[in-house]
Amino acid sequence: MSSLSKAFTSSIGRKYVMGLTGLFLITFLILHVSINALIFANDGGETFNIAANFMSHNIVVRILEIGLFAGIILHIIQAVMLTAQNNAARPEKYAYNKPQANSKWYSRSMGLLGTLILMFLVLHLYHFWWPTKVAVFSHEEHNTFHGIVAIFQELWVVVVYILGVISLGYHLLHGFQSSFQTMGWNHRKWTPVVRTIGIWFSIIVPIIFALMPISVYLGWIS
Amino acid sequence: MSTGNMNLTLQVWRQKNSKSAGKLVDYKLSEISPDMSFLEMFDVLNEQLITKGEEPVVFDHDCREGICGMCSMFINGQPHGPKDLVTTCQLHMRSFKDGDTIVVEPWRAKAFPVIKDLAVDRSAFDRIIASGGFVSVNTGNAQDANALPIPKLQADAAFEAAACIGCGACVATCKNASAMLFVSAKVSQLALLPQGQPERYRRVQSMVAQMDEEGFGNCTNTGACEAECPKGISLENIARMNRDYFTAKFASEEEV
Ligand code: HEM
Ligand code: SF4
Ligand code: FES
Repeated sequence: MSSLSKAFTSSIGRKYVMGLTGLFLITFLILHVSINALIFANDGGETFNIAANFMSHNIVVRILEIGLFAGIILHIIQAVMLTAQNNAARPEKYAYNKPQANSKWYSRSMGLLGTLILMFLVLHLYHFWWPTKVAVFSHEEHNTFHGIVAIFQELWVVVVYILGVISLGYHLLHGFQSSFQTMGWNHRKWTPVVRTIGIWFSIIVPIIFALMPISVYLGWIS
Repeated sequence: MSTGNMNLTLQVWRQKNSKSAGKLVDYKLSEISPDMSFLEMFDVLNEQLITKGEEPVVFDHDCREGICGMCSMFINGQPHGPKDLVTTCQLHMRSFKDGDTIVVEPWRAKAFPVIKDLAVDRSAFDRIIASGGFVSVNTGNAQDANALPIPKLQADAAFEAAACIGCGACVATCKNASAMLFVSAKVSQLALLPQGQPERYRRVQSMVAQMDEEGFGNCTNTGACEAECPKGISLENIARMNRDYFTAKFASEEEV
C-alpha cells in the first residue's frame, strides 16, 4: 500500500476522516440552525419559505447536499470500522472497571450517541427532506413552513425531536473539541478558546433546534 | 512480619498462562500496616501462600521507586489504583480503609497478553520503539552544554514527554486499549529536539504503523490516559504526533 493511501487507512488516518467529516457536519449545523431560526420571525413562514425555496432549488446547494450525504456516510463508515477495531483491541473485559474516575460518560458513548442521532435522522429526513424532494421533482409548490406546523402537532414527535437534539448536544460536547485534537490543532493559547466555544455551541444549537417543535406545539408559532 | 491493624479482602486475578482462562480468587489478609506499599502488601500475601504450599501470585515489579514502569496492576477499576500520578509501588495501604475489598486485575489488551496472573507481556511497546523511537547518529563524546540552543518551552516539553516510563497504564485504562499516549510521548521527546529532526517524519510513520500492527485500538480522545498516567504525560503529545503524521504522509516525499 502506498504511503498516501495508508494515510487514510491507518488508525490516525481514519481519525482524520472522522474529524474532518465531523467538522464539516458542524458547519452544516450552523447553516441549518440559522435558516430554520427564521421561523421565529413568526410571519406565517414568509421569510422562512423564501430561504427554504432557495435552498431546495439552488444548484450550488444541491451539489453541497450530495457532499453532505457523502460526509455523513463516510463519518458513519469510519465510526463502524474504528469501533469494531476498538472492541477487538480488548477481547477480555475488566471484571471491575471505574471509567467514571477518568473520563466523561458522553466521551465514552460517541457510538451510542451517534446511533441515536442516526435513528433520529431517518425520521427527520422522512418528515422534511423527502416531501421537499417529491415537490421539487413534480414541480409542485411546496410550503415547507406548513409542513413544520403540521408535523409538530403531535406530542410524541416533539418528544422524539427533543431527545434527538439532546443526543446531538452530547455528541458535540465531546466531538467539537475532539475533532480539533484529532487534527492536531492543540495549542496552549487556542485550545481553551476552542473548548469554550465547543461547550457553548453544544448547548445553544440544540436548544434553538428544540425550541422549534416546542414553539409550534404550544402554538407560539403558527 | 505484618505490623499493622488493617484487615482486607483481596480479589486477585489468577491465570495459569496466556492460553488458559483466568478467574478472580478471594484472599483474606490481616494485620496489614497502612505504611506498607501495595507491592509490600502483595509480598505478605505471597509469603502466606508459600507457607500454605500454594502458588504465589505472579506480578511484575523492579525498581519499587516509581521509575521503571513494571508494576502493572489494575486496582479497583483503575491502573495503579485510586491515586493520581503514582505507580503501584508508590501506592500505600493508607489509601485504603480497614475492611475494604480490593480487586486486582492485570492490564487487559489484546496487545498485552497475560503471561501469568498479573504479569502481562508488554514487548509490543519494545517493538514500537525498535521501529523508530531512536536517533541513529554516532554520538561520540558528550557535546558542550548549550552548544545547540533549544528554546526553554521546547526543552521543557521534550523533558515532560521523556518522563514516560512505558508502564502501559494508558493502554490499560483506555476504553479502546489505544497506545496513543505512549507512542506520542516517544515520538515527541525526539520531535521536539534538534537531534530528532533528520528522522522526524520517517519515525512517526514507522512507529504508528508498528502501533497499528500490534493491535492497539484507536484514540477517541476520552482523556482517560492522561488522567491515569503516573507521569502526567499530556494529550498535547497526541496532537503533536497527529500533526507530524499528517505532515509526514502528505508533505514528506519519503515513502515509509
Ligand atoms: C449531525 C450529525 C453529526 C455531527 C455534527 C457529528 C460530529 C462529530 C464530531 C465533531 C466528532 C469528533 C471527531 C474526532 O474526534 O475527530 C464525531 C465523532 C464520532 N461520531 Fe459523529 N457526528 C454526527 C453524526 C454521527 C452519526 C450519525 C454517528 C454514528 C452512526 C456518529 C458516530 C461518531 C463516532 C463513533 C465518533 C467517534 C468518537 C471519537 O472518535 O471521538 N456521528 N462526530
Ligand atoms: S504515557 Fe504514561 S501511562 Fe502511558 S506508558 Fe508512558 S508513563 Fe505509562
Ligand atoms: S516497580 Fe518500578 S515503577 Fe513500580
